[in-house]
Amino acid sequence: MAAAQKNSIIGRAAVVERLPNHPAVKALLAWNSDAFVDAKFDRGELTLTVAAEQVRAAAATVQAAGYNFFEDVTAVDWFPATPRFQLSYHIVSHVHKERIRLRVLLDGESPAVDSITPVWPSANYYEREVFDLFGIRFEGHPNLRRIMLPDDWQGHPLRKDYPVEGYR
Amino acid sequence: MTETVGTPILELPPAEGARDQHMVLNMGPQHPSTHGVLRLVLEIDGEIIVRLYPEIGYLHTGIEKTCEAKFYQQVVPLTDRIDYLSPMANNLCYSLAVERLLGLEIPEKAQWMRVLLSELTRLNSHLVWLGTHAMDIGALTVFLYTFREREDILRIFEDISGQRMMTSYIRIGGLAMEPPLDFFDRVQAFIRTFPEKIDEYSNLLTGNPIFRSRLKGVGYLSPEDAIALGVTGPPLRASGVDFDLRRDMPYSGYEKFQFNVPVSTDGDCWARYEVRLIEMRESVKMIQQALDGMPEGPIKADAPKIVLPDREKMKTQMESLIHHFKIVTEGFAVPAGEVYQGIESPRGQMGYYMVSDGTAKPYRVHMRNPTFATLQALETMCKGRMLADVVAVVGSIDIVLGEIDR
Repeated sequence: MAAAQKNSIIGRAAVVERLPNHPAVKALLAWNSDAFVDAKFDRGELTLTVAAEQVRAAAATVQAAGYNFFEDVTAVDWFPATPRFQLSYHIVSHVHKERIRLRVLLDGESPAVDSITPVWPSANYYEREVFDLFGIRFEGHPNLRRIMLPDDWQGHPLRKDYPVEGYR
Repeated sequence: MTETVGTPILELPPAEGARDQHMVLNMGPQHPSTHGVLRLVLEIDGEIIVRLYPEIGYLHTGIEKTCEAKFYQQVVPLTDRIDYLSPMANNLCYSLAVERLLGLEIPEKAQWMRVLLSELTRLNSHLVWLGTHAMDIGALTVFLYTFREREDILRIFEDISGQRMMTSYIRIGGLAMEPPLDFFDRVQAFIRTFPEKIDEYSNLLTGNPIFRSRLKGVGYLSPEDAIALGVTGPPLRASGVDFDLRRDMPYSGYEKFQFNVPVSTDGDCWARYEVRLIEMRESVKMIQQALDGMPEGPIKADAPKIVLPDREKMKTQMESLIHHFKIVTEGFAVPAGEVYQGIESPRGQMGYYMVSDGTAKPYRVHMRNPTFATLQALETMCKGRMLADVVAVVGSIDIVLGEIDR
């Protein structure tokens, strides 16, 4: 299985060195290199980790760099590890014909992050879904409400400490 | 664990303007034009739509959570049930994602077969869309015609996989089994007559003045709005954005096929109808190319620890029997990492985001389903239009509630 990771580049310094002309890397470095925390190129996909409090500005930066189409945001629960939650934003460029992943790490205690709906209105339903199923709050979202489950549902089913069969 | 949540739709303050005249109307979840269980809460002023809120989740079954409790190969049948009108597209997207996690090479014949089946699925899905969409508008006859051809495709699916709708035929590492001997002849026979059938539908609808006036200029979506609201697939291309993952970010050997991507700049329901009709003709071309150029060779990757052995080998070779036993009882470990695999499903950009922690069960599976995002654009398309146009617009974006709610 070594072949899968043969071409991977791990770590921010390595990515900046090997992919200095990648439009997203360049744009993030020019924008705020302190908030651009980590990077990884694995299995043909570029993952750029940014500081949680800067995610909206980072989204606007990659949007200006040509990554114009917001495709998806979802979360991963790494319970019981810390930081507990990871948010993965997938953004496609119609110009570069390429996809990047913005990654944000969040603590488990009342996780909250800025909503990116001012940058991409299409994030609306996806953020509601993440709120519904993971309990991550998005500040500045137009109407953060459960989307899949009833409004009076208890708990957030996709968290790892929620049993697969539910509470009975 | 309770958290404060946003405002329920029925408690939202009414829109600006003539408040007294506004009425809140509930459409669905059992309305026949919603193709499942979509509930729309409409705020109307007379017959004009002022606001529209889709309420979804009636079909939510927690598939993403269920996936985390299954072995990788056990997830394949679940993917059929997400979008029950294009099962092969879901099978393909999931398999491609796991294969990329594993770093598995897929033999060429399997890739070509996958393209052939994806395009047949696209025809299948578009036929259901065309029939039900026309029926919503009031052209009942077309439904009987399209379901006649759809039956042929379902019979081909039954022939190859043993199942009409929940095929589970595309598996991790290739295909489930060799296609039966008469498969290619049957597909060829279907493809030979199908373009005439598209002409038939077109004759019934394109010149039909009622159908025209119900769709022309209705549900306009500008290219900027389409991108901002996450619209993909035929509705995106009908709004003038020339982007198709099959051509622009090819997967599974699509780069070896010649096809055109239909684009229209009108952005209305009529443009979506036209784009899908041309897409069906292009799919026919691609199936023909796949039939003509179908390479010889195996249909499964050479990875005995991941791909189930042939029945014959299992009965004669000890090693195959052990591998079979191990895969079925313990699954196979997938190296840690994350991938996002996008494909162009009949409805738009579908994506599977998979996270592996190195065990035999996926740590996280997330599906990006095209119509979930397209539904957000519904309000923009319907605002200021008449109540009856909602039916036309909902039909034109081709929603499947199974994939929206998951």
